[in-house]
Amino acid sequence: MSIAITMTVNGREVSGSVEPRTLLVEFLREHLRLTGTHVGCDTSQCGACVVLMDGASVKSCTTLAVQGDGATITTIEGLANGTTLHPMQQAFNDHHGLQCGFCTPGMVMSAIDLVARVPNPTDADIRKGLDGNLCRCTGYQNILRAVKAGAQGMQTGMGG
Amino acid sequence: MYAFEYHRPSSLDEAVALLTSDDIKLLAGGQTLIPTLKQRLAMPDALVDLGRIEALKGIRTEGDSIVIGARTTHAEVAASEEVRAAIPALARLAGLIGDPQVRNRGTIGGSVANADPAADYPAAVVGLGATIHTNQRTIPGDSFFEDLFTTALDDNELITAVAFPIPQAAAYEKFANPASGYAVVGVMVAKTAGGPRVGVTGAGPCAFRAPALEEALAGAFTPEAAKGVSMPATGLNADIHASAEYRAALISVLASRAVAAIG
Ligand SMILES: Cc1cc2nc3c(=O)[nH]c(=O)nc-3n(C[C@H](O)[C@H](O)[C@H](O)COP(=O)(O)OP(=O)(O)OC[C@H]3O[C@@H](n4cnc5c(N)ncnc54)[C@H](O)[C@@H]3O)c2cc1C
Ligand code: FES
Ligand code: FES
Repeated sequence: MSIAITMTVNGREVSGSVEPRTLLVEFLREHLRLTGTHVGCDTSQCGACVVLMDGASVKSCTTLAVQGDGATITTIEGLANGTTLHPMQQAFNDHHGLQCGFCTPGMVMSAIDLVARVPNPTDADIRKGLDGNLCRCTGYQNILRAVKAGAQGMQTGMGG
Repeated sequence: MYAFEYHRPSSLDEAVALLTSDDIKLLAGGQTLIPTLKQRLAMPDALVDLGRIEALKGIRTEGDSIVIGARTTHAEVAASEEVRAAIPALARLAGLIGDPQVRNRGTIGGSVANADPAADYPAAVVGLGATIHTNQRTIPGDSFFEDLFTTALDDNELITAVAFPIPQAAAYEKFANPASGYAVVGVMVAKTAGGPRVGVTGAGPCAFRAPALEEALAGAFTPEAAKGVSMPATGLNADIHASAEYRAALISVLASRAVAAIG
């Protein structure tokens, strides 16, 4: 059984034919070759696979591609404007919010969802907002600083 | 994951008509079902996705109750002005489930149907005396949870909504597992016209009321009265996270914190 699906990914309308068991992350990485979204645990724990679906952050390893039919998806590749990084990406860069970088796409997507809901997050808000994201390099302090700066950057439209 | 077929009905009737065998499963937020499929703990022939059935979504006030559609996400309940005004403890409970991504997808119907012993909503269902609405009937919250992952739902019966009577006051206190967020123990205490109610999750095979605590609180609605009740450990869960005795002690402690929060 194969199902035809269509979604808007990073502003572009894409379609494909998938088996019902195809995960959203598989569709993004293997069908669309958008490999910026990572698979860390594949068990809904780590958040490396977080993307925005109709504006809300979701774990794309725990969402079927068919559930995303008709949805608007934003992945890490959809954030930068040409060579200008999104303020949250810029803040991770400026504040060394990454070491190996494996968790970073998910961290950035979760952080953007958080700031959309809580424009001026406190440290506690940020820690709670990143509850679903694990960093194996344990660079949490700098991630916290980066998200704080990124939130300010998103307010002013500038890099943190 | 084994292969399966997929249906996406747009109405409740269509969904019910598709439920023709045990090997056809409902898919709500998928936050429990998809991991289960990956582990091959379930291998249904087909999934019926409730995601496009608008009638199952939304929150409304009906008489003295808040009625929450089965497809309503944890994030929607946590953010709902209606729930926050009428039963703030329920909004708080929803906001304590898992992490933001789980709350953005996971639904109340899926959580209640799944009856995980450590899930949060069951404490509210028994603690607030909710009613489970299905496509066939209504089931009192008190008799809905029967055992580990076992509810009063028949095969192929579908939850449409959960109705929570608005209490005079209520509070939910949870001792969360720091890794998963699930409740090692969670206690909902409610002050109602019919007297105090106490719903407990995480401690036993499924959520239950604690009559000993309810009686003590009917005598004196104070944190001390709750703490003074010594809960028996018999039949409670024991695992690497907590012994049965520790869980028993947590029930009274969390109940007393909930009473203190109600004030
Ligand atoms: C990392 C992580 C952390 C979590 N932490 C917590 C936590 O702290 N507390 C907590 O309570 N939960 C937690 N959960 C579970 C989460 O709340 C799930 O969303 C919930 O248990 C299932 O809801 P769902 O909508 O995702 O259901 P699904 O996974 O889609 O379905 C679950 C089951 O319910 C059945 N079902 C779904 N809808 C209906 C319906 N309307 N009628 C009848 N049957 C139905 C399905 O067939 C399936 O058997 C966590 C999950 C994850 C992945
Ligand atoms: S890969 Fe999705 S949560 Fe870890
Ligand atoms: S930077 Fe390496 S996992 Fe987070």
